[in-house]
Amino acid sequence: MFRRQPDAAGATVSVTVEGREVRVPEGASAAAAVLLAGVDAIRQTGVTGAPRAPYCLMGVCFDCLAEIDGQPNRQSCMVTVAPGMVIRRQHGKRAVETEAAS
Amino acid sequence: MTEKIDFAVIGAGPAGMAAATLAAELGLDTVMIDEQDTPGGQIYRRVEHADDRSPLGDDYLAGKPLAAALRGSGALYLPATTVWHIDPDGTLSLISSAGARTLRARRVLVAAGAIERPVPIPGWTLPGVMTVGAAQILLKSADLIPAGDIVLAGQGPLLYLLAAQLVQAGSPPRAILETTPGANYREALLALRRRWPGLRPLLKGLGSILAVKRAGVRRRCGVRGLRAIGHARLERVVWQGGEIAADHLLLHQGVIPDIQISLALQLRHEWDDGQLCWRPVLDPWGQTSTPSVAVAGDAGGIAGAAAARLSGQLAALDAAMLLGRINGPERDRRAATVRAALAREQALRPFLDRLYRPQRSILAPEEDDTIVCRCEEVTAGAIRRAARLGASGPNQVKAFTRCGMGPCQGRICGPIVGALIADTLGRPIADAGTWRPRAPYKPISVGALADLDAGV
Repeated sequence: MFRRQPDAAGATVSVTVEGREVRVPEGASAAAAVLLAGVDAIRQTGVTGAPRAPYCLMGVCFDCLAEIDGQPNRQSCMVTVAPGMVIRRQHGKRAVETEAAS
Repeated sequence: MTEKIDFAVIGAGPAGMAAATLAAELGLDTVMIDEQDTPGGQIYRRVEHADDRSPLGDDYLAGKPLAAALRGSGALYLPATTVWHIDPDGTLSLISSAGARTLRARRVLVAAGAIERPVPIPGWTLPGVMTVGAAQILLKSADLIPAGDIVLAGQGPLLYLLAAQLVQAGSPPRAILETTPGANYREALLALRRRWPGLRPLLKGLGSILAVKRAGVRRRCGVRGLRAIGHARLERVVWQGGEIAADHLLLHQGVIPDIQISLALQLRHEWDDGQLCWRPVLDPWGQTSTPSVAVAGDAGGIAGAAAARLSGQLAALDAAMLLGRINGPERDRRAATVRAALAREQALRPFLDRLYRPQRSILAPEEDDTIVCRCEEVTAGAIRRAARLGASGPNQVKAFTRCGMGPCQGRICGPIVGALIADTLGRPIADAGTWRPRAPYKPISVGALADLDAGV
């Protein structure tokens, strides 16, 4: 779990992580929202299904891959939160889209 | 249409910001490309929004004027944009939420910065384990602090800096487990005798250590055999002779240059035995082995934020001369004061490099079941087997094991693989060599590639 510094000021944004609504500071990353929401694992690996959480927070490790606003395989630490953003856990590898998606 | 420009700078950390600002001032048509949506890089992440009384301190706030200067410089700033390919002729392929875009630059400066050295201990993939740098980024960018029992493990200036910041934020770590071998202290003191860096940088480090001590944080020195234990997430941290319950384990073993782009560009690299990392071979202006490409800042060798800013200025002066905006004597005259300041900033490095030289078991994990490639879940044992079967370098190990073939493209496991091969075959790490990464530098969708064609 993570918590906000008690004296933190500034605007917040409301997003949803695995169905839980959480208010995060404006400008924070989707990965920060995941950690603040108390969701332990944001993805399960494509190989063994092991649980993973954000590790490097700087765009290097890809362990924070998540489905953001319906798009899988996003590096959540590199995506800035926006009001109403929906962040979901990614299970294994991204599925192949068989229908022509727009 | 491919837009033509003079100077493309990749990365808005201290080196990139200083280079783009000065290049634009010198009249170069300059573009700054950065993955984040605000300037600062990792060291000054979201610094524009920082309170002047930030617990992160003055060294962090020093990024504010750099970001302001970049904004006011006239350089075209492209935030939230990823470079996924650079051609040696200066053609850059970019992608952002607005779509794909191509630029053609007469010169390119790679200011990609540093990454944290991987710390492959058993259990390092468990939720609850992250890097010290990651925890500091959460503090900088979202005012977040870990809740519950925090354990910091490893070594390096950032370890105590974050510990002191956590103390100040009212969440002192439960314990600090230092891995620095005792012999390192003796050698570091010898380095200090050979080159005296002045008192100021030493006092800053001591200040952090004292603040942590005063807060009563438990410290263990010379820790070996570190492992993270838990089922679905971290439960406790174990080492030779001790263990402690923990909700968060924050690991750190210093930083190394981010060479993903410079390797993909096939720039000449060399093994730096002092810093135990690969880095591109550079001349004193940051010029690489490819005529149109220079490297500045920590991407060319670790020296810290202040040195990065200065090396960015040197690269900008060189670019302005090569593109005919200033002459050689003018470049050299302007560079003289920058070089003097750079030498001062680099003076502490030999001491830090000796003191925080990682244990061999951090570079090449001893236990066979330790995961090395986090993406493809390839273990140290599998890599050793591949090396014994004849894989003499990382590229062969990749073909044998899929190590390095996941989404991070070998960014995390690369340094570990080289050290494991060297260890298994009884050769120097330099002989193992590096990956040969290719574009796209970050995974992109086929749809994005199709857009590129449509946009031409």
